[in-house]
Amino acid sequence: MSVEVNNPARSLEPGGAASFRPALEWLARRAEPVVVGLAAIVTGLALFSIFILAIGKSPVALFQIMYTGGFGSWFSIQNSLSRAAPLLLTALCVALPARLGLVIIGGEGALVLGGVAAAAIATPLTGILPPYPTLIGMALAAMVVGGLWIGAVGFLRHYRGVNETISSLLLSYIAIALMNQLVEGPLRDPASLNKPSTLALPADYMIGAIPGMDVHWGLVIAVLACILSYVLIEATRFGFAARMAGGNVRAAQIQGLPVGRLIVGFTAIAGSFAGLAGMLEVAAVQGSANASLAAGYGYTGILVAFLARHNPLAIILIAILLGGLEASGGLIQRRMGLPDATVVALQGTLFIVILFCETFYGRFKVFNPDLWKGSVK
Amino acid sequence: MMTNRFSMNRRQFLQTSAVGLAASAVPGLMGSTAFAQEALTIGFIYVGPKDDYGYNQAHAEGAAVIKAMPGITLVEEENVPETVDVQKTMESMINLDGASLIFPTSFGYFDPHMLAMAAKYPDTQFRHCGGLWQEGKHPANTGSYFGYIHQGQYLNGIAAGHASKSKKIGFVAAKPIPQVLQNVNAFLLGARSVDPAITCQVIFTGEWSLAIKEAEATNALVDQGVDVITCHVDSPKVVVETAAGRGAFVCGYHANQSPLAPEKYLTGAEWAWGKVYTDFITKAQAGEKLANFVRGGLKDGFVKMSPLGPGVPEAGRKAFEAAHAEAMTGKLSVFKGPLKDNKGNAVIPADKAYAEDAIDLESMAYLVEGVVGSTS
Amino acid sequence: MSETDIGLWGVPLAIIAGAIRVSTPFIFVSLGEAITERSGRINLGLEGTLVFGAMTAYAVAVLTGSPWLGVLAAMAAGSVFGLIHGFICRFPRVNDIAIGIAMMQFGLGFAFFLGKPFIQPSAPKLPSIPLGNWSSYPQVQAALNINVLFFIGFLLALFLTWAFRNTRPGLILRVVGDSTDAARAMGINPDRVRLLATALGGALAAVGGAYLSLYYPGSWNEGISSGQGLMAVALVIFARWNPINCFLAALLFGGTGALGPALQSVGVTQGYYLFYAAPYVLTLAILIGTSSPNRALSGAPGELSLTK
Repeated sequence: MSVEVNNPARSLEPGGAASFRPALEWLARRAEPVVVGLAAIVTGLALFSIFILAIGKSPVALFQIMYTGGFGSWFSIQNSLSRAAPLLLTALCVALPARLGLVIIGGEGALVLGGVAAAAIATPLTGILPPYPTLIGMALAAMVVGGLWIGAVGFLRHYRGVNETISSLLLSYIAIALMNQLVEGPLRDPASLNKPSTLALPADYMIGAIPGMDVHWGLVIAVLACILSYVLIEATRFGFAARMAGGNVRAAQIQGLPVGRLIVGFTAIAGSFAGLAGMLEVAAVQGSANASLAAGYGYTGILVAFLARHNPLAIILIAILLGGLEASGGLIQRRMGLPDATVVALQGTLFIVILFCETFYGRFKVFNPDLWKGSVK
Repeated sequence: MMTNRFSMNRRQFLQTSAVGLAASAVPGLMGSTAFAQEALTIGFIYVGPKDDYGYNQAHAEGAAVIKAMPGITLVEEENVPETVDVQKTMESMINLDGASLIFPTSFGYFDPHMLAMAAKYPDTQFRHCGGLWQEGKHPANTGSYFGYIHQGQYLNGIAAGHASKSKKIGFVAAKPIPQVLQNVNAFLLGARSVDPAITCQVIFTGEWSLAIKEAEATNALVDQGVDVITCHVDSPKVVVETAAGRGAFVCGYHANQSPLAPEKYLTGAEWAWGKVYTDFITKAQAGEKLANFVRGGLKDGFVKMSPLGPGVPEAGRKAFEAAHAEAMTGKLSVFKGPLKDNKGNAVIPADKAYAEDAIDLESMAYLVEGVVGSTS
Repeated sequence: MSETDIGLWGVPLAIIAGAIRVSTPFIFVSLGEAITERSGRINLGLEGTLVFGAMTAYAVAVLTGSPWLGVLAAMAAGSVFGLIHGFICRFPRVNDIAIGIAMMQFGLGFAFFLGKPFIQPSAPKLPSIPLGNWSSYPQVQAALNINVLFFIGFLLALFLTWAFRNTRPGLILRVVGDSTDAARAMGINPDRVRLLATALGGALAAVGGAYLSLYYPGSWNEGISSGQGLMAVALVIFARWNPINCFLAALLFGGTGALGPALQSVGVTQGYYLFYAAPYVLTLAILIGTSSPNRALSGAPGELSLTK
């Protein structure tokens, strides 16, 4: 980590070239996360190289393969984007409540039950409705179920004082058990022999790919959800109140903010996004609800949200980065003969360094125009 | 660019085939020189770790057999979930590695994942383990293979029937799906061929790999007086070690687990995928059309039995060997009437006997009379 | 055979036996995490430490033939994990929860990678004490064949409860956990206390892993843990940072976890997924029943980011 970056402010005399200054300030503030983030990634990769050298493999080959597999071709980029799609929504399930100071780790449960709800309601709907209204019905059902599931966590937290981290984790295990019971019991399609599943969605009801791409529309929906969440947090009174309450619940209550409604509202919205992720898995990938819904997207979403510092726009970037890492993981296995664990270890190393580097935010003068020479405070 | 790549692949494939044909005409010439120039890239996809002492390891060992064949480049990926991930893995193998034949080895890869990729890449061949490929319904460049491993569980049951003193045997199962139910039923029927009073207690763990629950299930079975246990989970190591630790006999599954419990291991139903994969690859190299629906049992070398352990009494040894010999003729019928399920409904009429390759068996949805357990 | 046929008694027996067999990893991880959280830090990554500990213990036991050396090696590895977490989290703006999640990946990845050569070999197991020889029932004998680590966990819970209240290190730990400023005013270095508390937490979590791989279920593979480490961290909040409660919560969790297989073994075979969810449902029910909005988290260390 080097501090020796040219300080653009040095060339500026107080008051002189004032027309450049706002642009430079804007750039400096925006550059900080990019520079720190990239430096962290480079450092993490360098550290992991030591390990790769120690096991007698070439780090250069590893990084080449990572690039090829994750972002090196149009196919690889689409591969990364496909893997990122569900992570966007499950990360929102963590990031939104985090604005209120809540640590929710049970998005997996809302996703799984959202998927089951979508599949369950699809069966009667496909008989009477064309594809689009059916899909909207499925999305609504999934969002309601997911919203209730995580909303209940918020409710318990505020009105019963139940810790949201543990209750959301417990509820996610309960949700997976419910899903299995439903999928192998009352909702099972008898024709789903060796992989118990609900009745399959007819092919013409499935969500298709974005034109010109091999990525389903779920990605667009998820990106929209991130943008919406960003607006909600940054530009609405609801979001402002949430940030206030997240800073200090007692102070917010004294100010007359409806903390209870905020908590239940935010957790419910968060859960509905995770539920929507489940619906997209059913309607765009699996075609039915089954045990594959519990693929760990909910848990990976926690990591994405924390890496993105709970910023919905940063979630988009981080999720794509993670999608790229996972996409390249397969190629690392195949080309280098390394086990899947290598990729997990690499992710761990990288994330520890990235999270550690958060400590450098605000430490470098160059990124903080308030500290520049001649700044009027 | 992409299309170029595929047509090149097809051309390569044809060249390989031509060489293969020529070589097979002159068997003496078959060898590294003939095949080294033309590579056939084969992809294997596993749902769990390659070394799980069970399901995935059995496939990986089969893959290792063909890796040694000349002209074969093997690409393998483990821990691939049954989500969009497996679709992308298949595509990546095709696009980035030039794989022309892919073996997705987990049941859940079949529908929709492999079918979607097969439609998208008609020049690539896909052969799936366990699926029920149907002509007209599924793409021609796909297919499925599986083995009549329930025969192995029937033979396990014979050994168990002779070794059991409590007349209660047990089965630790993952999920109530046809492949598992066949095995549970066959295990009991094998034991009942020894003594019709034997019952089999089944415990479903609900997951393919869940060590603690498998250990708890094994303990619960032994607590109820069960003295021979087998299983159908991805990694039987825990069940074998726990059962033997409690003093119960065990029958193995997927692979030979006798080193884990040499004294208590009776026998085991093992996969022999190396033979299956070798057959496919030999055909591919020879340019022949790959079969779409491949099944086989003990006779065909798809399935084999672990050597009998010291716990099998002499009478059991004889009965086992007799049934094994019958299976080796392909005439062994495990499921024959009259047979009731454990709710009292007749499921196979008195005059009916299913041959080993009867397709109806692959949609079995009941537990037979004498099995204590429920399918949901 | 009928004299050893215990029929429906198998269910309560399985619950007791399961509580003893299954609880030990929960006990160690939650006690370790209780120490860490009492210092005002949370280490959500103990699942990774647990699995890395399981691998280390198994590998060392295979190589040396001594399961106890395996446990010691696991403790050493676990404390290194704790030290890494503790060291990184002392820097400003670093989020301990996030680092924990990353450490989980880190631990799992390296455990699976380094553990590959040890999946096939068998390791010597940790010894157990046969306390059931008075009974003529083999089931009771098996249930009361109790591993030494279980007793160590029990004694540790008692000791920690006492030590938190009555010893100087216990007092320092609590002061640091409740207020960094107060600790500094007393001349205590909060970062060093938290570093040591996290290292100790890691070492204990790794013992939990050693129990998994060297005793029950007693093998090493990538599926050895099914989230015990994560769940145990949650149980600490459930137990309100009280070591004895951690022990009891672990027993409850282990016992109800045995319900699913036990009920099936006596013929209650329908709806087993729901029985398998029993530990989670019961924990949640108790949590809701014992919580109250007014005394939201009595006993919570004031500096804990999770409950702020």
